[in-house]
Amino acid sequence: MEKNNRELRSHIIVISVENRSGVLARIAGLFSARGYNIDSLCVSETEDPEISKMILTVKGDERILEQIYKQLNKLIDVIKVLDLTERDFIERELVLVKIKTLNSEIRQEVMQIANIFRAKVVDIGKKSLTLEVDGGTSKITAMIELLKGYGIKELVRTGKIAMAREFTRKE
Amino acid sequence: MTGAQIMVESLKKEGVEIIFGYPGGVLLPLCDQLYDSGINFILVRHEQGAAHAADGFARSSGKIGVCITTSGPGATNLVTGLATAYMDSVPIVAITGQVATHLIGSDAFQEVDITGITRPITKHNYIIRDVHDIAKTVKEAFYIANSGRPGPVLIDLPVDIQRAEAKFEYPSKVEIRSYNPVYEGHPLQIERAWKMIEESKKPLLIAGGGIISANASEELKKFIETAEIPVTFTLMGLGSLPVDHPMSLGMLGMHGTKYANYAVVETDLLISAGARFDDRITGKVENFAPNAKIIHIDIDPTSISKNIDVDVPIVGNAKDVLKKLNEKVKPLAKKEWIAKIKQWKQKYPLTYEKVALKPQYIIEKISDLLPEDAIICTEVGQNQMWTAQYYKFRRPRTFITSGGLGTMGFGFPAAIGVQMANPGKTVVDIAGDGSIQMNIQELATAVYRRLPIKIIILNNGSLGMVRQWQELFYKKRYAYTCTENVQPDFVKLAEAYGAIGYRVASMEAFDKIIEQVLNVKDKPVILDCKIAQEENVFPMVPAGASLDQMLEGLA
Repeated sequence: MEKNNRELRSHIIVISVENRSGVLARIAGLFSARGYNIDSLCVSETEDPEISKMILTVKGDERILEQIYKQLNKLIDVIKVLDLTERDFIERELVLVKIKTLNSEIRQEVMQIANIFRAKVVDIGKKSLTLEVDGGTSKITAMIELLKGYGIKELVRTGKIAMAREFTRKE
Repeated sequence: MTGAQIMVESLKKEGVEIIFGYPGGVLLPLCDQLYDSGINFILVRHEQGAAHAADGFARSSGKIGVCITTSGPGATNLVTGLATAYMDSVPIVAITGQVATHLIGSDAFQEVDITGITRPITKHNYIIRDVHDIAKTVKEAFYIANSGRPGPVLIDLPVDIQRAEAKFEYPSKVEIRSYNPVYEGHPLQIERAWKMIEESKKPLLIAGGGIISANASEELKKFIETAEIPVTFTLMGLGSLPVDHPMSLGMLGMHGTKYANYAVVETDLLISAGARFDDRITGKVENFAPNAKIIHIDIDPTSISKNIDVDVPIVGNAKDVLKKLNEKVKPLAKKEWIAKIKQWKQKYPLTYEKVALKPQYIIEKISDLLPEDAIICTEVGQNQMWTAQYYKFRRPRTFITSGGLGTMGFGFPAAIGVQMANPGKTVVDIAGDGSIQMNIQELATAVYRRLPIKIIILNNGSLGMVRQWQELFYKKRYAYTCTENVQPDFVKLAEAYGAIGYRVASMEAFDKIIEQVLNVKDKPVILDCKIAQEENVFPMVPAGASLDQMLEGLA
């Protein structure tokens, strides 16, 4: 790791925590108190009901990331912190997007785009059409960019979830 | 047993003999249990006093300080005390009453989300919602407070849980899978560190509060005496070695000695043990120890590479790491470096003019009169810095001061805790006329408990440290800092509380009375010392300047 690397990079951090009330507040509080930004956050139970996983996307240089890693580990309820950016990993995000479709021509076009991106139509009304799409960041960004032209009425994202691949070292 | 009984029995299992606290509505079941428990409950006059007293108790004894208050305002009044203890790594367990569980969240009378409020200023905190969790929680809280990097832990205990019934079983050990502090430094890092020390030409060691909380003074002494490495102290590290030790350079940083700061600028290898490179130590970070490689020994990994880039990080307890270094240590004979430092010490001593009654003189005199084991508390500001500069601390845990948070009003209630933990020792609070008024109500506590605390007020009729900054950096516009016309009569004030009060305004008068003051045995005594308003703390490194840019002025 280059010590003096001050370049801002996006990192995906997976935090395993005790599944107790107040833990999310501890983590969120740590970030705001120390002035670090969270770009996205996803929390849920895991295969072990006593453990929750929080998956955070954060931006920072090496020093900030090192501090985030250490400060998180310092919290008593935090069991493990993993920076996936250093590894090979799978990431997914689910997006729901409602697009203005005032006539059938537009509706057809949007459905074609949906098809190409393997998005599902999950709701359809007189004036709008709602798509569900999942995948990695680049795919989702590309699709949203295309749909912007039609007018996005509403958009929600789950935030990224991610998981390290089975350990394989390329050497 | 009821929850309140379980709480009291659990505290006894942890060896708690003294509690500082204040009662209240939702604390009634617990207070009732404590009433004839044999635990000495020191009733303070304001909950902030309870937190600081528990803090002083802990700092001076190495044991865990305990304070108990009620919900709502009782709990929020602990906040400053907890933050103070958190910044200085002091083990405290605070127990607060809470409204009944079914009322939580309803904005009930005296309800406040104290675990939410204290989350960033405690090492950990709990709210107990099941009577069966009390014993386990207390066990964990005491373990967390005094292991790893020590710190305050808060337990919030709703009133219905205090009344609920359960069987009392105290766990024999704690296991927290997510909390495993590292004590022994990594052997390879220690190896690297020693090699670097051997190769260095001008090594310098910074001893911080970690030396004191780890009880590592003996190990430190052996290390620096064998290798002949000069030592400088942070405010929190004072007392870890005698300040008049030949290898000692006194305190470094904003109000450090010139020779310590020059040594930091010139050293080629800085070894920090139990210090965290606070901004009051480093000055301008870019110019801090510009020629040095840095070895950083700290129990808390977050302290390492936080403010300063480090060459050899060693995560571990100062005592364990120094022990390991002592297995390798041998005389290094860096004669030129030692000689240079000696020269600096002779050339740039701490001085002041001995005219009129000077605060520096007052502190030097007290230092000369008191035995080594006397314990000195301070408030915050000029009184604190003069004490750090002029009192000859020789033993660990004899200097009790709010370093990180800089809490005015800390010293006197802390002194109450100190005196309770050290009944036979002389306890002094060096105060300013500003800060002593922040917790003056505790005079009632000290009088009631017949605690012979000596309060020396360095009375300059102003909030001196801020006034000093205004003089130096704000064109002498003394906004809200000059208070001489609205001061209480401290002698009468002491007497009103049933304490003793004296006032002196000259060196002769001070000399005449000081021994008498220090010998009072059965009640607190205030000695109000009138000093000049213009007296400043020098040397001084202005905030954000480099350590070798010290302001002087003959004090």
